[in-house]
Amino acid sequence: MENVIKVGMADLKACHHPAVLTTLGLGSCVGIALYDIKTNIIGLAHAMLPDSTQAKNRTNVAKFVDTSIDSLIYEMVRLGSNKQRIVAKLAGGAQMFTFSQSSDSMRIGYRNVVAAKDNLYKLGIPIISEDTGGNYGRTIQLDSSNGILLIKTIGYGVKEI
Amino acid sequence: MSINIDNLDNLHMDVLKEIGNIGAGNAATALAKLLNKKVDMDVPKVKVLKFNEVNETLGGAEIIVVGLLLRVYGDLTGNIMFILKNEAAHILVNILMGKDPADTMEFSEIELSALKEIGNILAGSYLSSLSSLTGLSILPSVPELAIDMAGAIISVPAIEFGKLGDSVLYIETEFSEGSTKVVGDFFLIPDVDSYEILLRALGVIS
Repeated sequence: MENVIKVGMADLKACHHPAVLTTLGLGSCVGIALYDIKTNIIGLAHAMLPDSTQAKNRTNVAKFVDTSIDSLIYEMVRLGSNKQRIVAKLAGGAQMFTFSQSSDSMRIGYRNVVAAKDNLYKLGIPIISEDTGGNYGRTIQLDSSNGILLIKTIGYGVKEI
Repeated sequence: MSINIDNLDNLHMDVLKEIGNIGAGNAATALAKLLNKKVDMDVPKVKVLKFNEVNETLGGAEIIVVGLLLRVYGDLTGNIMFILKNEAAHILVNILMGKDPADTMEFSEIELSALKEIGNILAGSYLSSLSSLTGLSILPSVPELAIDMAGAIISVPAIEFGKLGDSVLYIETEFSEGSTKVVGDFFLIPDVDSYEILLRALGVIS
């Protein structure tokens, strides 16, 4: 049996090969999957909010897209990864409910994805694939042996990116 | 003053519990009227969970649930959400439509409307009790419905709570009609500025 490690909501984990990191039921949160193509060190974050600088309480770094990416990279480098070799995949950021008068807070999924892209771009980490948006939940699994991100949904099939 | 759910004091907690209790009680009465059956309700359980524990609620992040979300307008703004397990939603709809309670075929259009109506009535009665308790004008929007993984549905209220702290506050309510039990979770999520309005209207803070 593979070493499957769960990443909760507002949580992040990094680990050595061989391992599978999974996070269940991603909705408007964004799943940020990082993979070191040489050492197979992987990291996964399940972030809820786009921007820590807008928040009063920043104790949980995994809650925010910006701080979770920084922290995840820090963890991976500590395990022996090199930032230059890390690539990213994104999933989630759905809009679970559609309101006609869409307020800003309802578009949080979209804003999470945009924040993830901005922050990764600033750090020079390429995003090689993504499965974001839509109006449905996703369960994702990141496999350290090949960096494949498996995405499972209810009613929208299974895919690998 | 900024409210943090992680360290609410006992008084605030008791007030929120009592609101939940009264709101859910009213919702049960409304449900009984709608179903034209006697509906009993257990004392609602107010739960405060850390985000990493949230996904274990309702039996796991991947089970299918029905989520009904309404915006709240008026003196207080925010969201109210009602989450039912898929089976529970089927039970309610089947009772309402006079079908075999064990029928768990995919929801038809009319059944989805019926579920929205249930959401409307439950949330409406919940809010009207809150309204009469506080003297605030509180109005719900038309409900939106989503059927998906529990984790994905719960992420919506969780994100709103995430703006304030690291926990989610919700009220678990168990309705029963005869031997049929239906468990539902209410999330009342005032917008950040509205917590103060709510607690002030209740006389908890001055």
